[in-house]
Amino acid sequence: MDETVAEYIRRTVLKIPRDEIKTMLQKWGFLSEAQLQTLNFHQIKDNISQEVVQLCEENCADIKQAAVLDIIYNHIYQNKRMWSVYQMKKSGEELEYFDITDFKKKFKGRLRSALKNVTITFKEYEDNAIWIRVAWGTPYKKPNQYKPSYVVYHSQTPYVFISASVLKSNLPLLCQALIVASNYHDIREMELRSHSLNSLKDIVFKRYSQNFQTYYPKPLQGGNVEPESADIRIVQENRSEKERIHRLNWEVFGGGPQPKLEFAQYKLETMFKSDPKMGVLDKKEPFRCLVKFSSPHLLESLKSLAPAGMADAPLSPLLTCIPHKARNYFKIREKKGLFPESFVSP
Amino acid sequence: HLATSLPLPSERDHLRPRIDLIVFMIDIKSKYSLKNVEASLAHVDASFFLGKVCFLVTGVGRVNACSIETNAVCKLGEAYCSPVLFCELELEGIRVATAQRLLRMLQICAGHIRGVSALSFVSLMRNANDD
Repeated sequence: MDETVAEYIRRTVLKIPRDEIKTMLQKWGFLSEAQLQTLNFHQIKDNISQEVVQLCEENCADIKQAAVLDIIYNHIYQNKRMWSVYQMKKSGEELEYFDITDFKKKFKGRLRSALKNVTITFKEYEDNAIWIRVAWGTPYKKPNQYKPSYVVYHSQTPYVFISASVLKSNLPLLCQALIVASNYHDIREMELRSHSLNSLKDIVFKRYSQNFQTYYPKPLQGGNVEPESADIRIVQENRSEKERIHRLNWEVFGGGPQPKLEFAQYKLETMFKSDPKMGVLDKKEPFRCLVKFSSPHLLESLKSLAPAGMADAPLSPLLTCIPHKARNYFKIREKKGLFPESFVSP
Repeated sequence: HLATSLPLPSERDHLRPRIDLIVFMIDIKSKYSLKNVEASLAHVDASFFLGKVCFLVTGVGRVNACSIETNAVCKLGEAYCSPVLFCELELEGIRVATAQRLLRMLQICAGHIRGVSALSFVSLMRNANDD
C-alpha cells in the first residue's frame, strides 16, 4: 500500500472521535466485520489508527477507498465546513431523465480532460444527495488529499452545495464540470453561505416553516403571550404591545424553527446622509461600510430581538428577507432617480 | 405592574391602583435601556421624586459586557435625587436580597412603616452614599 495512502487513512481516523470510530469504519465497509473485531477501541487513538492502517494494508487499500472514508467523515461532520450555494440554469424546458452513471462519467471526463491529476469520488445518500469529493493536483503534482472540495448535488433540483478547498482557482473548472454533467447551461453562485448544510437546503428547498400573510390572523393559543401559570399579582401594562410584537414576529418568521445561519453581511455603498451644516465629507462620495451580524443562530436571535425589547417591531426587511430571498450577503447602493432611497442590488 | 416604558397606556388607567414606588430598571449591558429610562423619566410627575423613585441597575455581574458607565447612572440618580441600586439578577442570592430591599422601600413609600416617610428615607440613603 502506498505510504501516502497509509498516512492519509491514519490522519483521517485520528480526526474521528474515539467513540465514533467503530461505527464509521462499519459504514465504510472496507474492513470486514472479523477484522473490526480484532481492533481494540479502548486504547488511545494513535494506536487505533495504526491498527486500522495495518488492516488496510492487508486489504491493499488505495486512495479511492481512503477517499470514501473521508466522504463519510465529512458527511457526518458536515457542519464543520463552510458551504456555499450555487444555482444552475437550464437553457430550455426539456425534462431530462437523470442518469447517475451518465452524470458521473461526464463529470469525471470533463475534469480529467482539463486536469490529469485529480481524485474524484462519489457517494450517494438516501435523501437523493450525491456527494462528490475532488482532490486537486497540478499537471506536475499529485492531488493534495488534504484540501479537497466537496460538492453536494440533489439531482432533482438545480442547486449545488459546494465546500471549496482553499485553492479557489479550481472553482471555475468544478462549476463547468457540474453543468456539463448535469445538462445545465449555466451556474451562478448565490449570496448564501453557512456552516449548516441542512439549513441551506431548508432555505433553497423552502423546507422551513414560512408564514403566509393572512388577512384574518388567527389568535395564537387564545392570543395569550404569557403562559397561564404566570403570577396573577404581576400586571403587564404593555400587554397589547407585547401581543402586537408577538403577532408581527409570527407573521414574519412563522411558528417553526429557523434555518441556521451564522452571519449576515451588508456591504453599504450609500451616500452619507447628515445635516448639511455638519459637512463631514467635502466631496459627495459613497460611504463604503461593511455591516456584519454574527450569531451562533442568526435567524433565531433576530426573531427574539423584538420580544426581548432590544429592537422595535417590525424589524427591518433587510434582516427579515434573508430566508425568503435565500441570501445572507447583500450589497446596498443608492437608488438613482426621483427617490434616493437605498435599494438592494441583485 | 411591569411596563416597558412610560407613559403607561391610558386604556388601563381605571384598572390601576395608586402607585407608591417606581423602579427604573437599567440593564448595564444595554445603552438602549438607559436611553429608554431617560425618555420615560420625562413622563413622571415631580412629586414622585420625593423618595418614590429608585434606579435599579442590573447585570453588573458580567463585567465584560458593560455598555454603560456606572458614573453615568450615578449622575442620573443625583440629578433626580433618587437612590441607585446595583444588582445581578442571575445570582439567586443577590436577586432575593435586592427584592427584599425593594420591598422594604415599598413599605416605606406606601406609608406602612411608622415614623419613616419616603422623603426621610431617601435623604437617609443619600447621606449614607456621600460618606
